[in-house]
Amino acid sequence: MSLSAYVPIVGLFALAGAFGLFSVAAAPFIGPRRFNKAKLDAYECGIEPTPQPVGGGRFPVKFYLTAMLFIVFDIEIIFLYPWAVSFNMLGVFGFVEMLLFIGTVFVAYAYVWRRGGLDWD
Amino acid sequence: MGDTISFPHLDYAALWPMLILFGAACVGVLVEAFVPKAWRNTVQLVLSLLAMGAALVMVIKRAAAGVTAANAHTASDAISIDKAGLFLQGALLVLGIVSLLLIGERTLETGGPFVAQAAITVGSEADRRQAARESGATEVYPLALFALAGMLLFVTANDLLVMFVALEVFSLPLYLLCALARRKRLLSQEAAVKYFLLGAFASAFFLFGVAMVYGFANAVDFNSIHANISTSDKPFALLLIGLAMLAIGLLFKVAAVPFHVWTPDVYQGAPTPVTAFMAACTKAAAFGGLARVLYVGFDRSNWNFTPVLGVIAVLTMLVGAVLAVTQTDLKRLLAYSSVANAGYLLVGVLGGGAAGLSSMLFYLVAYGFAIIAAFALLTLVRDADGEATHLSRWAGLGRRSPFFASVFTFLLLAFAGLPLTSGFTAKFAVFGAAIGGGQTWLVLFGVLSSIILAFPYLRVIVMMWLSEPGDTTPSVSIPGALTSAALMVGVLVTLLLGVAPSSLLDLANNAASFVR
Repeated sequence: MSLSAYVPIVGLFALAGAFGLFSVAAAPFIGPRRFNKAKLDAYECGIEPTPQPVGGGRFPVKFYLTAMLFIVFDIEIIFLYPWAVSFNMLGVFGFVEMLLFIGTVFVAYAYVWRRGGLDWD
Repeated sequence: MGDTISFPHLDYAALWPMLILFGAACVGVLVEAFVPKAWRNTVQLVLSLLAMGAALVMVIKRAAAGVTAANAHTASDAISIDKAGLFLQGALLVLGIVSLLLIGERTLETGGPFVAQAAITVGSEADRRQAARESGATEVYPLALFALAGMLLFVTANDLLVMFVALEVFSLPLYLLCALARRKRLLSQEAAVKYFLLGAFASAFFLFGVAMVYGFANAVDFNSIHANISTSDKPFALLLIGLAMLAIGLLFKVAAVPFHVWTPDVYQGAPTPVTAFMAACTKAAAFGGLARVLYVGFDRSNWNFTPVLGVIAVLTMLVGAVLAVTQTDLKRLLAYSSVANAGYLLVGVLGGGAAGLSSMLFYLVAYGFAIIAAFALLTLVRDADGEATHLSRWAGLGRRSPFFASVFTFLLLAFAGLPLTSGFTAKFAVFGAAIGGGQTWLVLFGVLSSIILAFPYLRVIVMMWLSEPGDTTPSVSIPGALTSAALMVGVLVTLLLGVAPSSLLDLANNAASFVR
């Protein structure tokens, strides 16, 4: 394998870097300078920040649990998709392997369910 | 796109030990889900012991059937269950069973050494309630099984990617186990976070090293890497950077200086049975992996990594020994002693050849039993706040309970390397291998470090025997059956390997070969 396959990627990086440099360098010369309050604020996307939560801004740990569960199933789908696409080539061996994999995920799922991980309150 | 994909051939006879452990760990998670709370601990303990026992039987069966170059590799050469790998698997399982006995102990304090719910805020009303009477988390058993299975895979991985996966499989459960101490929970959580962050950092180095080595060899399996090192005329820069980064990842796990900073904090904060498990099994697994990388992948025939690793070995021995002198907490003292011991093990590895490998294997077993017994004793010396590990608290313990103080004295003498203990034979083996391999300078530093390290051990002995017990001297609890068994096995093996080491030495000598 030669490294020439990576030349387009290097080119892309160079292009992206050049674009960034050019934009920053060109902005002071060709951009208009009109200041207002919003422009001087720290940049945040999305809705207006709500008042800070009490106690130093902690989130309830149940959000973390939900996020973890999401990731588990997310990963499962990521594995399932290419398996489904090449199912014909993988045959019985691939089928059994995937059953085993799903089995382990369901073991974890059963644990979460029985130990109250799915209850919000 | 082709119509078929060829599947690797799996030699199930060779893979059984790992499959049993992984399967039992999954069953253990189901036990957590469906078995009533009152039964969980018993069921989990029996299940884990049975699984480890069955895996050990499988390892022995395979060793009895004979390992040859022809049947060592399986799963497309990704796993190599050769003689050294089989010895390490057996050693890991035996040490795992003994430390599992400590993990299973529930009689020393109500509910055992683990916290029931680690998520409850420390110091809250609910926390005080659960510390007083709730029985500890039984998730520790499946976690320990997962960790042990990962270690078995780690020492037989014949491919850097499999090795990385195994590294993560055995590390992640350990991070969790560290956070589960019933007492001193903030210390325990701090230990877990530090171990996790630094461990993740080290894993990243390892992975980056794999990428670099791939850049050099166009392959991640040890055979191709070795073949490329022997024949390739490409510049070695990528390879050197890659090996350095791999070494950082592995030396972190074995706790070699300068990658040792996590050791004292984690050893101190983790629940003592988990510390014993880490000190014995993680060390064995990490050295097994390191030796395979160096002996199989990056063989020394064409170029030489000895000076660099030699400097690390010297630093590890000296820094570990000197810092052990200044410690005032017994768990931290044993942690620094474990750092120094990693240095002695590195000396054995650098001895090279079959002698170096066999001395390392012997040392790992000898040290593992001794350190498990030492931590088992630490769980016995308690006061109202749990274990009393501060050195000053142990003053006068010899007068209060001469039996346990004698046992601990024996173990400390073993660590110091006195004759008639396994510490002596083990050190003799690694230093002998290093001299045989022409690394006499390492042995000089090793002996110097041993002399320094004897001082903290002797200080503990003097404190135990020559001080008067005061009001604050804790009592020694009567151990339950499980801790007694672990303690007895540890002490007996330490004595046996000191008096009659020949059978294990023969076993290690026989096992001291990797199959490339």
